[in-house]
Amino acid sequence: MSGLLHWVATHGEIIGRTVREHLVLSGVALAVALALALPMGVALVRHPRAAAIAVGGVNTLRTIPSLALLVIMLPVLGTGFLPSVVALTLYGLPAILLNTLVGLREVDADVIDAARGQGLSERQITTDITIPLALPVILAGIRTSAVQIVSAATLAVFIGGGGLGELISSGLGLLDIAQLVTGALLVALLAVATELVFGAIQFGLARRYGIAS
Amino acid sequence: MTWLLENWDTFAEALRQHVVLVAQALALSLAIALPLGIVSARRPRLYTLVLAVTGALYTIPALALFALLIPVMGLGSGPALTAIVMYSLLVLTRNVVVGLRSVSPDVLEAADGMGYGRLRRLLAIEMPLALPVVIAGIRLTVVTQISVATVGAFIGAGGLGDLIFQGITQDIGDKVVVGAVAASLLAIVADEALRLLEARAAALGGRP
Repeated sequence: MSGLLHWVATHGEIIGRTVREHLVLSGVALAVALALALPMGVALVRHPRAAAIAVGGVNTLRTIPSLALLVIMLPVLGTGFLPSVVALTLYGLPAILLNTLVGLREVDADVIDAARGQGLSERQITTDITIPLALPVILAGIRTSAVQIVSAATLAVFIGGGGLGELISSGLGLLDIAQLVTGALLVALLAVATELVFGAIQFGLARRYGIAS
Repeated sequence: MTWLLENWDTFAEALRQHVVLVAQALALSLAIALPLGIVSARRPRLYTLVLAVTGALYTIPALALFALLIPVMGLGSGPALTAIVMYSLLVLTRNVVVGLRSVSPDVLEAADGMGYGRLRRLLAIEMPLALPVVIAGIRLTVVTQISVATVGAFIGAGGLGDLIFQGITQDIGDKVVVGAVAASLLAIVADEALRLLEARAAALGGRP
């Protein structure tokens, strides 16, 4: 235990850098996954056949092991930040897309009919009615996705993407247990923190829109 | 592709290790999750506790869990097996509980009325009716286990992850891709096979 504290106290710089890398990597991947999956979900909900194909594809994607997904494009994309972001985005995409589709589909058709009857345009119905009502389910998907991405980002070190996996990898390589355990504890902490923060956002937003999640 | 043809034995051995590791992990996690689920299905407070503990384990990233076991258990397939089992408990236990709770109280009452004992009722009535949901849990668990086992190569568990990690250090792209594609295909095939089994069980035992 004192060895651990000593290692942390004397390696502030590398801890800071790997935490930063981990957060940037996860943050960018989550942002891209959101930018892709949310509009895709909104567009697909009106095209059941295309949606069925997309769900099939995404379900297969979800089955692929995280390590395999990270390294499978190695010969094509090489190593570093970009291939890591691409893989992590693909890894986080299914949960957001599936929940967006399910959330939007579950919105009561009567509610939409009523809105239409009150003269709301299709666009207004989407932004003012459908999306807020689907929000709890969509946010649950984003939360799952965020935790998955933060978790899988640990493996980015194997394709040169940096992050906290670096402490674990070099800790084992150097047989430096303090470094190994520090890396593992920080990763675990970050995953739990992500779960809690996104859980709080989910709860807060759902309450603001007056919907029980 | 040439790598695969020239190193077929290495590949077959890695695949075998992977399947054995996952099979052992599945057997062990069922041996824990089935009794745990049965015991906690009708005890809401215990179930909350079980969910909290197994949920916390599930949140820890795979590589971190492996790393945390090294100081305690060292390297090899023992700690890898332990970590994979720790990962599987949430989904398996939860599905056993959800499956058992989905059995209608009327059915249970009818069984009691017919003089079924607790154990016979559990084995002959409740478990068969819960089966589709339990198989759905096994399906999700096996896919997760195949994935986590891939990372297990990092602490010397062998398997398809070995091809990936060796391929990276030896700078043999083909080897990396073979390991990754094989692990993905294994997960996809297992998922599909268990999906069919799940549908079969649902058709046989009525609605889940």
